Amino acid sequence: MKSSKSIFRIVTGLYLALFFAYMFLPLIFMTIIAFNANDIPQITPWKGFTLMWFGELAKDEQMWSALWNSFIVAFSVVAISVPIGLGGALLLTRLQFKARNFVYGVLVSPILTPGIILGISTFLFWDSYMNIPGGLWTAILGQSTFISTYCMLLIMSRAQRFDLTQEEAAFDLGATHRQVFWKITLPFLRPALISSMALAFMQSFDNYNTTLFAIGVEQTLPIYIGTKLRSFISPAMNALAVVFIVLTIIGAIVYEYRRRREMIKAGVKIAPEPAA
Amino acid sequence: MRDFWNTALRDLGKIGVAYILITVGAWLVFMILIPQLIMFDYSLRPMLPLREIGGPKDVWTLKNYLVFFSNRLHMAIFFKTIWSSLIVTLTALAICYPIAFYLAKVARGTKVGLLMLGLIIPYWINELLRLFAWQIILADMGILNQLLIFLGIIADPINFRMGNGAVILGMTYAYILFMVFPIYNVMESLDRNQLDAARDLGSSWLRIHYKIVAPHAKPGIAVGCTMTFMLAAGTVAAPQLLGSPSSFWFTQVINTNFECANWNLGAAYATVLMLLCVIFMFIMLKLFKVGLKELTQ
Amino acid sequence: MGQDVELLDVSMRFGEFYAARDINVHIQAGEFFSFLGPSGCGKTTLLRLVSGFMDPSEGKIKIGGKDMRGIGSNIRPTAMIFQNLALFPLMTVENNIGFGLEVRGMPKAKQKKKVEELIELVDLHGTGDRMVSELSGGQMQRVAIARALAVNPAVLLLDEPLSALDLRLRSHMRAELRNIQRRTGVTFIYITHDQTEALTMSDRVGVMSIGKLEQVATPEVIYNNPETIFVASFVGESNIIQGDIISIDGDYALLKTTSGSFFCKNPQHMSPGETATIFIRPETVFLAKEPNADNVLTCSTKNLSFEGSYAVVTLTTEQGQLLTMRLNNDGTVPRIEEGENIKVRFSRENAFLLKNGDSSIA
Repeated sequence: MKSSKSIFRIVTGLYLALFFAYMFLPLIFMTIIAFNANDIPQITPWKGFTLMWFGELAKDEQMWSALWNSFIVAFSVVAISVPIGLGGALLLTRLQFKARNFVYGVLVSPILTPGIILGISTFLFWDSYMNIPGGLWTAILGQSTFISTYCMLLIMSRAQRFDLTQEEAAFDLGATHRQVFWKITLPFLRPALISSMALAFMQSFDNYNTTLFAIGVEQTLPIYIGTKLRSFISPAMNALAVVFIVLTIIGAIVYEYRRRREMIKAGVKIAPEPAA
Repeated sequence: MRDFWNTALRDLGKIGVAYILITVGAWLVFMILIPQLIMFDYSLRPMLPLREIGGPKDVWTLKNYLVFFSNRLHMAIFFKTIWSSLIVTLTALAICYPIAFYLAKVARGTKVGLLMLGLIIPYWINELLRLFAWQIILADMGILNQLLIFLGIIADPINFRMGNGAVILGMTYAYILFMVFPIYNVMESLDRNQLDAARDLGSSWLRIHYKIVAPHAKPGIAVGCTMTFMLAAGTVAAPQLLGSPSSFWFTQVINTNFECANWNLGAAYATVLMLLCVIFMFIMLKLFKVGLKELTQ
Repeated sequence: MGQDVELLDVSMRFGEFYAARDINVHIQAGEFFSFLGPSGCGKTTLLRLVSGFMDPSEGKIKIGGKDMRGIGSNIRPTAMIFQNLALFPLMTVENNIGFGLEVRGMPKAKQKKKVEELIELVDLHGTGDRMVSELSGGQMQRVAIARALAVNPAVLLLDEPLSALDLRLRSHMRAELRNIQRRTGVTFIYITHDQTEALTMSDRVGVMSIGKLEQVATPEVIYNNPETIFVASFVGESNIIQGDIISIDGDYALLKTTSGSFFCKNPQHMSPGETATIFIRPETVFLAKEPNADNVLTCSTKNLSFEGSYAVVTLTTEQGQLLTMRLNNDGTVPRIEEGENIKVRFSRENAFLLKNGDSSIA
């Protein structure tokens, strides 16, 4: 039995190794290529270590303008999706009505719909009927349609664990609705609100399918990348990828660090207090 | 009905109820329902020059759909897209099931956190750039070809981009997370003791999976497959970057329509795509007997 | 200070179901009043009606003489202590207690002073800046009380606040609650299913069966003079003997049962011919020494259980009627053997005739 266990371990280990190689090798290649002084993005032939692609990237006006647009869109999407998500979460967790499941289904449908359809429908509506041509505004709305759903789901999972008697107690002690919301409900929901803001930002920044169809002639960063990659391939794109990778790794480290700190803080609290 | 409003106002206050109605109402009406209806409406109208819109020629017609159904090439592309998306889904499922199981049941403590991080990190990098990575790898002068030539397995570089292979590979890479996490979530809730008990009673691992793990994980599998299929069928990025004219994707057809400003035709094709997704989802739900509620990520 | 609370013909309906029906009671200002009843009898509903979380389907609720219909819980002069306490977990003890003051806009300095006074009142000295999750059960109780008292309520509503505490803490808290009530003069409305709590703490008790208020009286009267079968059987232990009324003699009646005919009190003024039940408390059943006493039964001893300061004797008559007798260990009681035949008696003053109701015998 021992041998079968170790065979099992070897197989598992191998599988995992292959899997993560599959996941990470492409990224590693990308990074190496970004430093290769080869016009064509490849690892071989290696023509020397260089940073010129980063320079070329930095000089690309179009890239900067697309990046700026991405930020505008992302912040706007956060500003729209989180409040909507909150409204949806409150509707579904606090109010009881017969059509609840149906409404839930409809509000969840945007994340089940292919992104391009959201982009197309948003574009057609605003461009044709509302006379607002495809651009940042339509991209913002198209993205918000489904990002609101993600926010709503995130907030809902927190809201469902809320002890409503706290609100009753607050009322009973004389608070108005507004006071109850700001002092009791909102502080409880805060973690979910913050993570939905982060999620909304990242999803918006990264979005391609919906944005492509909704944005008309303008560009966000993913659109720019897509256009660039389809036309003229240059290692400058690798440089961009490296920037992303580095930022991601920094983000991951920060995240891990904060998570470890939270756990330590929670650990200290669990230490027993002498009962009075 | 009155009771509903009374309790709502009592619990949330006037401003609260108004807030909810306005936000959800605007969302529902202006972002979800109306745009969809308009797209549907567009699909039913013929393409007309600007001045003829609203005039006598502007009637509801199924012409756009007929164009689609009669166009052999487009139909072929449509079915090929479905077929390829299914392959992507199944491949992803095959790869991700063991990973999900390992994460949920076998790995312990800190290992789990690290592995999860290892899964998530690639996804923070833009999808397009990740696909680009594969573009490089699979290029004629790419790493894979060079490796194969170096090892003497082939003499001339293979054009990986011919056919669907590259697109499928790229998509699987791109959507693995969407398959792993739903399955992982469901598997986590499986009581480890059940597995130990089955082992103890002498069952082989294959049996255990077939009889215990897989049935329990059905909702997760359903969700993962649905999402992966819909992403695969409905994405534009991967086919654009990794595809070739012979592997044209249905979404690209839609895109072409729009680029040619034939919005009506594009809308019709888009509606077809949406119907496909809806039908697939219902098939999945029926197959796995899952409700709509199991879709919280 | 405390105000009075009136419930006039109050009913609460949820669809077809009546949680409370035709409740009429006038709770005096400054009184410690308890609603006593089994789970699901509607006492929590009454509390929520008084506090303002819902309005009654029928009837009126008045506090201090004012009709409270339509007035929300945040405006009513009531404060509630919830069964799960509902303390605010993200706030410290001080902030919890001062919450009511803060939402009223009291200046910080005044708040702090009042909060400190309350902390002293409930004996929570030194815990002010701790998070409530760090406290023990008893401490959390006291925070809840202080928080409620901070808003100077005219009526304090308590929803089974002691049920989650262990026995020792419970009796301590009972005394404390009573103290606080005496000192502040606030009207306390307390609900519980524990009769010891209700009887020891209250000025008056209202006994409830499912949705109905059976009797409102002082603890002594509730115990000694129950007015309905439900009250008699829910509160304390009783012996029950069923039979038919033969005759009436002033305040007394003669009931014919299978075990003999007995004289008893007739508080509900029933008439001859009716079927009824006598209730007798075990501690009012004595050994029959005098030959011509009232209400004598010959029984055989089934079981004797010696419990220290008293003994519980279970008896049966020839006809199968069960009786429980409780004898004080005062040295005058002879030893009784199991299986022995003895004569017991009870006075007609201690036997109550009550209608056979449809309420369940607890």
